[in-house]
Amino acid sequence: MSLSRGTKVILSLVALVAGAFIYVPLGVILINSFSSSRSLTWPPTGFTTEWWGKTIDNEGVRNALWTSVWVGLVATAVALMLGTLLAFALGRYRFFGRETVSLLVVLPISLPGIVTGIALNNVFTSFLGGLTIWTLIIGHVTFCIVVVYNNAIARIRRMGTNLEEASADLGASAVRTFTLVTLPMMRSAIIAGAILAFGLSFDEIIVTTFTAGPGITTLPIWIYQNLFRPNNAPIVNVVAAILVIVSVIPIYVAQRISSDDDRGAGVM
Amino acid sequence: MTTTMTSASRGGFGYRHPRMRLAGLLTPPMLWLVVIYLGSLAALFLTAFWTVDDFTGQLVRTFTLDNFVEVFTNSSYYVVILRTIGIALLVTVFCMALGLPLAFFMANVAPVRWRPVLVALVLTPLWASYLVKVYAWRAMLQPQDGVLAWFLGPLGLDGPGYGFVGIVITLTYLWLPYMILPIYAGLTRLPVSYLDASADLGARNARTFRSVVMPMVFPSIVAGSIFTFSLSLGDYITAQIVGGKVTMLGNVVQTTYVTNLPFAAAVATIPVVIVLMYLFAVRRSGALDNL
Amino acid sequence: MHTTRLLKIAAVGSIAAITLAACGGSSDSSSEAAGGDAGGAPANEAYAGPVGDGEGAVNILAWPGYVEDGSTDPAVDWVTPFEEATGCTVNLKTFGTSDEAVKLMQGGGWDVVSASGDATLRLIYGDNVQPVNTDLVPNYADIFDGLKMQKFNSVDGVAYGIPHGRGANLVMWNTDKVTEPIDSWAPTFEADSPYKGAVTAYDSPIFIADAAVYLMATQPDLGITDPYALDQDQFDAAMALLEQQKELIGEYWSDYTKAIQAFNSGTTAIGTSWQVIANLAQAEGGAVEATKAKEGATGWSDTWMVAKDAANINCAYKWLDWIVSPEVNAQVAEWFGEAPANAKSCDLTSQSDFCDVYHATDDAYWTDVYYWNTPTAQCLDGRTDVQCVPYSDWATAWAALRS
Repeated sequence: MSLSRGTKVILSLVALVAGAFIYVPLGVILINSFSSSRSLTWPPTGFTTEWWGKTIDNEGVRNALWTSVWVGLVATAVALMLGTLLAFALGRYRFFGRETVSLLVVLPISLPGIVTGIALNNVFTSFLGGLTIWTLIIGHVTFCIVVVYNNAIARIRRMGTNLEEASADLGASAVRTFTLVTLPMMRSAIIAGAILAFGLSFDEIIVTTFTAGPGITTLPIWIYQNLFRPNNAPIVNVVAAILVIVSVIPIYVAQRISSDDDRGAGVM
Repeated sequence: MTTTMTSASRGGFGYRHPRMRLAGLLTPPMLWLVVIYLGSLAALFLTAFWTVDDFTGQLVRTFTLDNFVEVFTNSSYYVVILRTIGIALLVTVFCMALGLPLAFFMANVAPVRWRPVLVALVLTPLWASYLVKVYAWRAMLQPQDGVLAWFLGPLGLDGPGYGFVGIVITLTYLWLPYMILPIYAGLTRLPVSYLDASADLGARNARTFRSVVMPMVFPSIVAGSIFTFSLSLGDYITAQIVGGKVTMLGNVVQTTYVTNLPFAAAVATIPVVIVLMYLFAVRRSGALDNL
Repeated sequence: MHTTRLLKIAAVGSIAAITLAACGGSSDSSSEAAGGDAGGAPANEAYAGPVGDGEGAVNILAWPGYVEDGSTDPAVDWVTPFEEATGCTVNLKTFGTSDEAVKLMQGGGWDVVSASGDATLRLIYGDNVQPVNTDLVPNYADIFDGLKMQKFNSVDGVAYGIPHGRGANLVMWNTDKVTEPIDSWAPTFEADSPYKGAVTAYDSPIFIADAAVYLMATQPDLGITDPYALDQDQFDAAMALLEQQKELIGEYWSDYTKAIQAFNSGTTAIGTSWQVIANLAQAEGGAVEATKAKEGATGWSDTWMVAKDAANINCAYKWLDWIVSPEVNAQVAEWFGEAPANAKSCDLTSQSDFCDVYHATDDAYWTDVYYWNTPTAQCLDGRTDVQCVPYSDWATAWAALRS
């Protein structure tokens, strides 16, 4: 579709405005991480790198980071298994109630986080006697499944069954077909789903506050507790800046993977 | 595209019993989703029909409709419900207004080799912590001393301050990538041949856009709107940080949950019902396949 | 076809099972206690002791500022010495309101909680705490008598906790935005306040009592004698005052760090606050002042309580003794800005007249400070001709106000 120059210019301008809208607050965060004022007055009265040093030394941040990473990895692993199984079931088979199930799968992400949070909290405190790191992981798996499922089923629908049938015709058992034919074709979708699920779990605060046991501090919980604290607010900005910088890696990986196939899978 | 696996002439147990295989695939995730997730939602919904002891705050398991009556007859709650729906709708509209042109730019105007960079640029803010982004907006919206006030000061204007406007701006900012990416994905999946065919048949750009592009991209737009709408409907942290004294449904749930779980559960059913209605309504549009 | 149908049946069955279990489960005992403090407390035994070796950890729920481990200010730390002396690692969670504290205690997993009077009775009657054996806390003997065995921390002569200290809720203002001298709540309540849009208030149903305290001074014909014993008319008057105040409010706060930031940045000009907030704000270079208003104020007298099924009972008792020991109690009182509980702490404060400034021994000061208490249907001021509004209705009214 060839667009007129005028349309292109207008679109480019709007895109620029949208881009500025997206990045100005991130710029504010970055600038504030160097601001010498502890209560983050604007414009900054001076610049310093001491917050960056303090962040690296801060034990609370390091523990919270480690907890978040661990919870994210475990939740992603479980969600990968469950989400992929579900994607195969819904993508390959017709059965009564399939529509309902596909609606059900979307629920953990579409229903408000606070509802999921208090529902799980209610069940955990009434029946399991309390909250632990495992109740937290259960909460995270529940919404991570959706993300993995979306990526997996988008790929499954495009994959077709020809190669798998050929493999069966050649005598491979179901298990062999799965490991040698299906999985490699799915690989990039699975990795994309895993990265997104991990990212979702890493940044999640609402369900986390309701399902984490006493003493368990993930990075978002640490940030929530320190957001307004005069001594630590600048550290929070540094943490955010570091997260953005480090996120280049998974984004780059996800891009490389999705460029392996002609079209990217659904990103959510 | 789905196919039912036909039994192969050779092969193991898995091939001869496709239904067993389906059961094996479905059971673990369904157990999780149904027992843990749906079960806990059902248990929560059940508590909405109970009440709490006046003094100790412990649950009293006697059936009563009082909680629902209170929510639907006390006019204060109408205000919150309408305000929250209003915020969610406004946020969705603004996200579309900003996201559609940007996605279009990424898919059709920008050089193809820019695309991975542009997608990365849109994805990057998702990795900055949600809380920090909201806090950045607290600094930006602050009246008189905030970043926006600093920019607008020379023009004689002040920052918007904390409140309804602040909440809408911040939520639009937070969910914008969730709107852009599905639309972009939908636009890139649009076969170029359709556009060529449309041009060959004599349609001008506007007509092609209206009759070919929009219908195909519509499910993606709706998919994006599911996120922006439902994420805004249930949010409460943003209201706490940039909302001033303005509250949303999520805040009502959060404050009443500590003293009166049944009442909080009753209030919580409202956004659930709204989202479910929305999901049913958009099922037909195929948006659910475009998430 | 059969297998999928079986799956669906199993699904429906498990949902039914969970909901039925929720119906019949007895893990939450519904208490029939109809308020009041005469009898009805669950019969639990206090720990007989003796206090042995620590279990290695103690899970503490506390108001912010009570359990400092150096992370707020490196010089302010009485947790690390405790951990070194007893081997009990402290796992702390702070809460912003008494309601949060009660909810967290109901969730389980905690050993010790610092409860204000509007939480203590709910915890006692809700069977979430056990009586405290004061013989196992040697420093209990030195605590001011006026704090011991009060209505909110004891039932029928059984002690349920160790007093922590007491303080009043203050009116605080940003001196850059407020240039006149402040000694009254009027600028935070009156419709003609010059600070409209920049007033703050504590975001908890218990704040209704603050409105009642103001009404005691401004509308004496309402006949309020105890701000926690409000009959329906008095309650409605308090709620009307709060609706009026809502027009003036910029933000409500329950997170004390948010209050600090709001006052320092000027977002908030004047409002309800705690001394610790004023202290921290000033330490940050903020231009703030705080004082007790002339109409009187609500306040708190907190109690350290032991959870009913505390797993780390020895560490819990070690903590109780530590926190009310003279040196530590002096540190806490100075950091938080409240009158200490231990009489010997007055000689150990770094500010030599600290106890005088905070009126630790001045009983007259506390006559118009109304410690947080739990409103019950049975009027706390002894009236029997009317029913008072119970706390659950306070909470409902507050939720409607905040909508």
